[in-house]
Amino acid sequence: MPDFKRPNALLDVQTHYCPGCTHGIIHRLVAEVIDDMGIEGETIGVCPVGCSVLEYNYFACDMMQASHGRSPAVATGIKRANPDKFVFTYQGDGDLAAIGTAETVHAAARGENITIIFVNNTTYGMTGGQMAPTTLPGQVTQTSPYGRNTNTDGFPVKVCEMLSTLDGVAYAERVMVADPKSVNQAKKAIRKGFEVQKNKQGFSIIEVLSTCPTNWGISPQKAIERLKSEMVPYYPLGVFKDCSVRNKE
Amino acid sequence: MDINMSERVLMKGNEALAEAAIRAGCRCYFGYPITPQTEIAAYMARRLPKINGVFLQAESEIGAINMVYGCAGSGARCMTSSSSPGISLKAEGISYLAGADLPCVIVNIQRGGPGLGTIQPSQADYWQATRAIGHGDLRIPVFAPATVQEMVDLTTKAFEVAEKYRTPVMILADGFLGQMMEPMSFSGEDKSGKREEPFAWGAFGHGNKRKKNIVNSLYLKPEALEAQIEERFKRYKQIKEKESTAVCGEQAETAEIIVVAYGCTARTAQAAVHKAQDEGLKVELFRPVTLWPFPEKQLKDACKNAKTVLVTEMSKGQMVDDVKLALECKIPVEFFGRTGGIVPEPDEILQKIKEMVVN
Repeated sequence: MPDFKRPNALLDVQTHYCPGCTHGIIHRLVAEVIDDMGIEGETIGVCPVGCSVLEYNYFACDMMQASHGRSPAVATGIKRANPDKFVFTYQGDGDLAAIGTAETVHAAARGENITIIFVNNTTYGMTGGQMAPTTLPGQVTQTSPYGRNTNTDGFPVKVCEMLSTLDGVAYAERVMVADPKSVNQAKKAIRKGFEVQKNKQGFSIIEVLSTCPTNWGISPQKAIERLKSEMVPYYPLGVFKDCSVRNKE
Repeated sequence: MDINMSERVLMKGNEALAEAAIRAGCRCYFGYPITPQTEIAAYMARRLPKINGVFLQAESEIGAINMVYGCAGSGARCMTSSSSPGISLKAEGISYLAGADLPCVIVNIQRGGPGLGTIQPSQADYWQATRAIGHGDLRIPVFAPATVQEMVDLTTKAFEVAEKYRTPVMILADGFLGQMMEPMSFSGEDKSGKREEPFAWGAFGHGNKRKKNIVNSLYLKPEALEAQIEERFKRYKQIKEKESTAVCGEQAETAEIIVVAYGCTARTAQAAVHKAQDEGLKVELFRPVTLWPFPEKQLKDACKNAKTVLVTEMSKGQMVDDVKLALECKIPVEFFGRTGGIVPEPDEILQKIKEMVVN
């Protein structure tokens, strides 16, 4: 059993995340992949607007903060000027699937050689738990106080399914961070995304189903249960697109 | 394009500007089609791939300006261009660029507004460029060419100023200047074939050789944000002191009326002023080249002996505010303008000058 240590790509600082929040796990997985591949010096991360906005203080690589939803465009600008560097964005559901839909879809359609870590917790965490594009039907939030009504609020956006129809997308996988096994799978998926980028195969997105105990108003343990029992049926796990073999140069 | 440095050639304003940007070292262009600036994008699309540069047609103006943010943030020289409605879309990104102190050049080939307005030339984005280019406490230098030659010269200057003071810089031209052809030549160093190192502060990967760089405009502590803005305003002060530029006619000393106009309108106004001078009227033209910083001191000097000032613009009167501020309302300031995409005729301006003489 190897020593369980903080990855080098994650700085030794206190994060601002709420107790039970899964951002910490996902940060760690990204940092472990950066360590494993030995690419910290060649990596530029793009932080979104939302709970993970301050991650520029947490990752050890160069970081850039983007305006709300524009991370894929910002990452495009970095990557085009630095095609041999690794560029990842780390975005929440409001950032990626609402205000940043156009930037996301077109970065994907262009086959932009970047990796997106998409954290889906079905709510806007930073602003206090409003309805997100991924909020489940019936889910109560600050702005859907009677539950998300699909007649008036429409339906959740299934990002991996939608993006996997685009030819520019080389890899799309949905994972969760609910137990050791799924955390290991999530790490493999993130590694796969970075490998696809390393091989210049195109756009990769790893959607990570995660929890927000604070805004869901339940304990971290119950939040994990909800993730498994309510989110996974609506957002099935798995690989939606894998062109890494076909596209290999 | 093989153009001898000293050779005078006939070029369209938009294309001359694009070539000047490339020669100034711009390696990456991100844009979106909109009339009357599309020739810039088309020129970049032809030219940049041939020098290992980047041309990318974005999904929107918002996408384009955020690509500029990412590209500039990684320490590379880059630009975008658009026309009025597209500049409105870029407002968010320009504010972030200013907030993160990133150099880049933004071109606005103005058309008439508000709304979809018209594709004809206009100067109705003066307030937007000099007052409200994005949210927050910020300014950006704004250069206003009046000829195709100046489209070239001021673009070169824009990249220099952007890098020197770490700020976005705007070229504020109009559809007339963008579309017209004039003889011009390129001068100065041609950097189009050169690969330059990224700026040291850029987020391009620390390579395990330096501390990590963060490109950011977020300051959660008010004192920290205030300190950052104070530092930025010190740079703005330097820009005001060193970069404000204007062109003034030789007869300002004896002129009773000073006509103030910029860009395309300055050329119409020049024709009107010449006619008035031919008729023996004591009139002279003052043309701001930088709109922010507004050449306040130069204008004051030019108006030392003037009895009145006439401001003429292709708008309902926007720069006229800066003229009044610069002159501290000590001299009466009148206005004549056409809007909606109409370029004023020299005779219209001449008539206004004559009315002022009679009164």
